[in-house]
Amino acid sequence: MTRTVRFVMFAVAGGAVAAMLLLGVLDLPHFGSSLHPYRDAAVPAAVAHATSNVISSVNFDLRGLDTLGEETIFLTSVIGVAALLRPAEDEDERTPPRGGRLLDMTRLFGYVFLPVTLAIGFITVAHGALTPGGGFQGGVVLGTGIHLLYVAGSYHAIEKVRPVEVLEYGESIGAAAFACFGIAGALVAASFLGNILPLGTFGELFSSGSVLYLSCAVGVEVASGVIVLLAQFLHQAIEVESDVEAANA
Amino acid sequence: MSALIAVALTLVALGAVAVVMTDDPSRQAVTLSVFGLLLSVLFMTLSAPDVALSQIGVGTAIVPLMVMLAIRKTRDKQ
Repeated sequence: MTRTVRFVMFAVAGGAVAAMLLLGVLDLPHFGSSLHPYRDAAVPAAVAHATSNVISSVNFDLRGLDTLGEETIFLTSVIGVAALLRPAEDEDERTPPRGGRLLDMTRLFGYVFLPVTLAIGFITVAHGALTPGGGFQGGVVLGTGIHLLYVAGSYHAIEKVRPVEVLEYGESIGAAAFACFGIAGALVAASFLGNILPLGTFGELFSSGSVLYLSCAVGVEVASGVIVLLAQFLHQAIEVESDVEAANA
Repeated sequence: MSALIAVALTLVALGAVAVVMTDDPSRQAVTLSVFGLLLSVLFMTLSAPDVALSQIGVGTAIVPLMVMLAIRKTRDKQ
């Protein structure tokens, strides 16, 4: 394909997308207006299923299928990173250097905020159906929060508390649990991801039917996935040495 | 409230310019992280705390960290 053909194809496709976007944006309700058709539909639907966080109701109940798709994207991205970053033929593993300088202040803040961050992560996952947050947000907090141990402690410390082999299963189990909820909904509630659990009382921890459990499944998947993802990057940056690097060193 | 939104939008615009104007990629990871934080402030003022939380985690922590580690790795090779 020549440069000109490629440019013409891009110009046609890009022009069409730009035109459609422009038409769509021009037709949007004005910024800050009180017209919110989706809110008017979503809020009563969330309240009917005893879910006080409407966003979680949209993510896990009303549009649960979209979230399943997003979870699958996340799962395949982590698998892709793991496949790409595995040591290549011309690379050797080396023992990561010990020690290094660390400010006392960094160490102090790291160790103080490690438990705080992990607690916030667990709370965010568990209260996903009640307050802002949910499985994804809490999972990301958990997955990154544990790396404070690397910041404040050492690479050896984070390696000890992070069983990557187990977490790889955790990621798949979280994604599979989400899909199983979907199939169970199709069998029992006659719609994929339909609610199959008692709804409970609005505003209490065990309310919202399956939203709480779907949020926890996503939390397990995302927390494990983020740790596995960062483990691949850390491994490549710290433990793997290519022949070129070895020659330079 | 609209004054807050205006301030947050301005900060986001300034932050984005700062990211683009940063030359060194490893410094860019830091400005990108600050930009992520400003974006989450904007989402907060637009009453979207769920999105703000995702933004803090992904845009302020994970992405800059992955950028830093990737730069460290490629710099060793040169």
